[in-house]
Amino acid sequence: MRLPCPICGDRDRREFYYQGHATMLNRPSADAGTATWDDYLHNRENPAGETRDLWHHEAGCGAWIVVTRNTVTHEVSGAVLAEKAKT
Amino acid sequence: MGYSGFKVIKEGLFGQKGWKPVWRNPDPKPEYDVIVIGGGGHGLSTAYYLAKEHGITNVAVLEKGYLGGGNVGRNTTIVRANYMLPGNSEFYSHSLKLWEGMEQDLNYNTMMSQRGVMMLCHSDGQRDYFARRGNSMVNQGDDAELLTPEQVRAEAPMIDFDNVRFPIYGGLMHRRGGTARHDAVAWGYARGADQCGVDLIQNCEVTGIDIEGGVVRGVQTSRGAIRAKKVAIVVAGRSSQVAAMAGMRLPIESHVLQAFVSEGLKPILPSVISFGMGHFYISQSDKGGLVFGGDLDFYASYAARGNLPMKEHVMEAAMTLMPSIGKARVLRSWGGIMDMSPDGSPIIDKTETEGLFLNCGWCYGGFKAVPGSGYSYAHLIAKGEHHAPAARFRLDRFRTGVGLMDEEGTGAQHNLH
Ligand SMILES: Cc1cc2nc3c(=O)[nH]c(=O)nc-3n(C[C@H](O)[C@H](O)[C@H](O)COP(=O)(O)OP(=O)(O)OC[C@H]3O[C@@H](n4cnc5c(N)ncnc54)[C@H](O)[C@@H]3O)c2cc1C
Ligand SMILES: [Zn+2]
Repeated sequence: MRLPCPICGDRDRREFYYQGHATMLNRPSADAGTATWDDYLHNRENPAGETRDLWHHEAGCGAWIVVTRNTVTHEVSGAVLAEKAKT
Repeated sequence: MGYSGFKVIKEGLFGQKGWKPVWRNPDPKPEYDVIVIGGGGHGLSTAYYLAKEHGITNVAVLEKGYLGGGNVGRNTTIVRANYMLPGNSEFYSHSLKLWEGMEQDLNYNTMMSQRGVMMLCHSDGQRDYFARRGNSMVNQGDDAELLTPEQVRAEAPMIDFDNVRFPIYGGLMHRRGGTARHDAVAWGYARGADQCGVDLIQNCEVTGIDIEGGVVRGVQTSRGAIRAKKVAIVVAGRSSQVAAMAGMRLPIESHVLQAFVSEGLKPILPSVISFGMGHFYISQSDKGGLVFGGDLDFYASYAARGNLPMKEHVMEAAMTLMPSIGKARVLRSWGGIMDMSPDGSPIIDKTETEGLFLNCGWCYGGFKAVPGSGYSYAHLIAKGEHHAPAARFRLDRFRTGVGLMDEEGTGAQHNLH
């Protein structure tokens, strides 16, 4: 599997560290309460199909990127820098 | 139909014509006392123990494919009770005792072979950790022996003892551990449940869970609606999809785990052996194939097949541990969908919906749990109370932070197990 780093181009999967679903970017406020924090930290939609997940190009440019990918076919359809994905 | 040595000889003499199908293939009834969703190892053992231990026989197991087509037929068949933390320790201890009586109980040859599970260590720190882990196993009432390098060599002479980078400092041997025939375990429980009157319904995908006023009423399936007083989810890698039918979001991420088997060889491996550097483990099947595997591919996946980097890692670890393996040809590799929980430990619990139960989070280690999980889940479903050996497998431990069972000590976070 190759991931399309927006800075470096298509790179081997081994250059990246997998963090998990891009929901990690939607960090709740500190006082959001236990249920919200529990949901953020642990619960996942865990889709069978298209997903967006967060990878770190640790053996490359060091960017955090959000990859759009299909969990059933392993097809990778694109990636953006995490700083741009976070809205 | 009971099995015996006499029956095998008789059938051999008369052309094997007397064997009958092992379970019925019934159509679903309109209503059951309990519906078990998922015909894997855990679903089948749950149904069996509901009938046998609790006399609840108006039960259906609904399986979207065929019985045993999921992870129960894809694993590397290792059975052990060598966990360290409270919660896991008592649960796997109970499960191993059920394994030891399973063949007699089911009247079915599951090829349970207590050939031992030997974990190797390669540093002082690892050896100290094994000493501690072995002590916890012994405290739990299970067996553990700390082996010297000479004792490891006597057990497994084909390992490379001259490796300067990863020298062998010893091993932790768990002699009551071993392997079993995975398909036979599914078939044995299926047959046992069927003989008690449980309906095993294949090609029946659950597509919805009916809930009225917070109480479960039944399920929608590809073969129509079926009512039930209680519904028990136990679908491994598909847990998130099925729980979503009841409006739940689970602390589960599905990942792919791969395994490999070589051509058949003469016996060279006495026990299951795990390499302590990198993630690699190996055993030899009764047919002679070397069965081995490593770590997850480490990204969410439902593909049931893996990628090349992990294959390469596993092969490298194999060559490091026992270079002689390089002469063997790999016959097949495959993958399964693992229901990974944040702390790497399972969940057997009630849900907020009355009558709806949840069993998931077995990660890459749920084969050894097949008897124990079914036994404890059946207890919870039948009595509404947690069974003591599985009482810590609570869903709310992630929210409260109380009772997390993080064997690896890396943190209760999704990408760390
Ligand atoms: C490569 C590999 C190696 C492994 N090695 C080991 C090992 O050595 N030791 C060990 O202890 N564990 C091991 N495991 C883990 C173990 O196999 C699993 O944890 C365990 O089998 C999961 O429980 P199960 O048998 O009930 O799952 P499954 O067999 O996957 O059963 C779940 C069933 O639910 C069905 N289902 C899903 N959705 C629906 C629906 N909507 N309606 C109806 N049915 C549905 C599926 O079709 C499936 O048959 C390994 C797993 C893999 C993949
Ligand atoms: Zn990059």
